[in-house]
Amino acid sequence: MAALHVIDRTGTHHTLETVSGWRVMELLRDQNTGVEGICGGACDCASCHVIVAPEWADRLPIPGEEELFKLDELPVLEPTSRLSCQILWSDDLDGLTLTIAEAA
Amino acid sequence: MSVAIESFVRFFYGFDRQNERFEALVPGTSSFDIAVIGAGPTGLFAVFELGLLGLKAVVIDTLDKPGGQCAELYPEKPIYDIPSWPVITGQELTNKLIEQIAPFQPHLALGRLVTHLGKRPDGRFVVHTNAGDAFDVAGVFIAAGAGSFAPRRPKLEGLEAFENRSLFYAVRNRSDFKDRDLLIVGGGDSALDWTLNMVDHAKSVTLMHRSDRFRATPASVSGMQALVAAGKVRFVEGELARLEGEGSDLSAVHIKTKSGFEALKADRVLAFFGLNIELGPIAEWGLDLADGKQIRVDTEKFQTSTPGIFAIGDINWYPGKLKLILSGFHEAALASHAAFALARPEQKLRFQYTTSSSELQTRLKVA
Repeated sequence: MAALHVIDRTGTHHTLETVSGWRVMELLRDQNTGVEGICGGACDCASCHVIVAPEWADRLPIPGEEELFKLDELPVLEPTSRLSCQILWSDDLDGLTLTIAEAA
Repeated sequence: MSVAIESFVRFFYGFDRQNERFEALVPGTSSFDIAVIGAGPTGLFAVFELGLLGLKAVVIDTLDKPGGQCAELYPEKPIYDIPSWPVITGQELTNKLIEQIAPFQPHLALGRLVTHLGKRPDGRFVVHTNAGDAFDVAGVFIAAGAGSFAPRRPKLEGLEAFENRSLFYAVRNRSDFKDRDLLIVGGGDSALDWTLNMVDHAKSVTLMHRSDRFRATPASVSGMQALVAAGKVRFVEGELARLEGEGSDLSAVHIKTKSGFEALKADRVLAFFGLNIELGPIAEWGLDLADGKQIRVDTEKFQTSTPGIFAIGDINWYPGKLKLILSGFHEAALASHAAFALARPEQKLRFQYTTSSSELQTRLKVA
């Protein structure tokens, strides 16, 4: 099974089980990594903010306008920041590594 | 209870605030049957269910409008799983609920955060808010969703000293900014509207945003661009890096731009980073929590570990819980029936249907 590597807010590494077609936010929330996904994936709360490993940034589908606007709102942003509710998991993403951003 | 006994109780328990159990009513406290904390769909529907039973509610919310997440986060987004509404937006659902509860004339206390709950010797509660008001009620419904909305705060060293003195997240007094060197941060409507508003009021206005993408009405964007072109507003692409000043008086803001760091002369900052949702003071009320985030309730009354305090909607947890608006509606109905016994201990609850009960129809103002 394709693996998703996650560093949570305490710095702990996790390798998550993945399901094709799930949002990355849902994988993170389902496996208790501390991501809340308050708005349920509507790209409205930014509680699923993650920082993608630089080598993966260009391999993900580019963020849409709504995601960019929501990211722009945050006080702290990294060059590879994404909202994980906007990334759909597929086996092509096997090995994706990301860090869960601090709660804003 | 007489005043004398009440002051005795207050004296007896009041000397140690940590152990204070009862509190006296201060003048100006208004009384209701139930305080509903949270004006999202669940809280609003609780007003309806309470109203059918003849119970009067006060609804308290940190936002300055009803609707909770539905109105604040996704007012334009379609919802497809509200029974009998094949599709309805967050704002439309809010509007319909407001229409539905209108006959019960709830008191909406908006723009205030419930800070703590006091207990009265007679078992009633006093609900206190950060606006300084207090509500005396027989029971409390916590319908707070994921918690309360609060402005997102930048993570900067020494931020607290400047907050609400030199750095603000909203404009409460326009005079705070008169003849000041003002830096406005953000790219949404709030940032642009205040840029336009402050340009002739502050000594200087600088607008800073991370990019030149603005999520604001086109008229505000073009208005701001015209002011920049006329040299009346400076626009910089950048981020806050460091605040400089003495005590609570800001003197400069260091920013990070694409070309490096820069110091801006500024003695006032307005920061618009949107809203965050946090559990807030609810976590301090001694209620039994599941996962530290949700309030544990039973599934008969949706009552918390403290009798008289109920939790309904997304904020609660019980085995099998689904965070759906329709679950919140169901929970509101059961909690309301349970709360009737608290508010009307001398009365027997009569279960009736709106289709046939003239009493309910009178309360609904349709008969």
